[in-house]
Amino acid sequence: MSITMNDVIFVGISSLTILSALGVVLSRNIVHSALALILTFLGVALTFFQLGAGFIGLVQILVYAGAISVLIIFAIMLVMNVDADKTNQPNPSREIHFWGALLALVLIIGLGSSIWHSNLSMFLGHQPVADAVGALADLMLGKYVVAFEAAAILLLLAMVGSIILARGDDE
Amino acid sequence: MIGLNHYLLLATILFGIGVYGIFAKRNAIAILMSIELMLNAVNINFVAINKFIEPGNTVGQLFAIFIIVVAAAEVSVGLALIISIYRHKKSVNLSDFNLMKW
Repeated sequence: MSITMNDVIFVGISSLTILSALGVVLSRNIVHSALALILTFLGVALTFFQLGAGFIGLVQILVYAGAISVLIIFAIMLVMNVDADKTNQPNPSREIHFWGALLALVLIIGLGSSIWHSNLSMFLGHQPVADAVGALADLMLGKYVVAFEAAAILLLLAMVGSIILARGDDE
Repeated sequence: MIGLNHYLLLATILFGIGVYGIFAKRNAIAILMSIELMLNAVNINFVAINKFIEPGNTVGQLFAIFIIVVAAAEVSVGLALIISIYRHKKSVNLSDFNLMKW
């Protein structure tokens, strides 16, 4: 079994994603965390492109790397009242770090080893649907139209709710 | 040869990093960021399983879109809550958020 170009690209993209996700969690400056979060989103978008899901990759870049990260950075700027290097201190309790790391490691090792020893790798990638956007539109406005409308209502309610919450009570 | 298990492993590692971040951080915005990492891991799972097991349709991609919608709503409401609490408490430190304790 030889190493193909696809494998090298996958290793590059996934190491970028994982390293920047570690940067999000381990950085002490919350602005650096937010920038690393944008890199993670872009890495996930590249993973989607590699999976042949170009539309989801574009939505990921548009919504996550574009809108959500700008929203997060705005919120950081609004609530920053100390020195930037002290904004994202880790929890002082060592016990919580221990339990968090233990839970994360149990998840990664347990799930990872069961994934690794499963026979999932025998499913080899097929050619994806040629017109993915058209198929998505058929599903979204056909079989899943109720979920689509519910998502629309959810977005509207979230918008109204966050405006009301963030505006405050300014008599 | 990159198969389904590699993508699932990537998603598992991302999810684990998110879980650790939720435990290890005190800043409320950092915890929202960790939740975003976990939601992204779930999206990778949906799209990868869609591609490898059921390539003839796009239901997995559709559900990834719904997750993105819910995540956007969650982030906007969460940040509005954080800003609103900051106005009263002058802090985004989770250990200072005890408004609902008694």
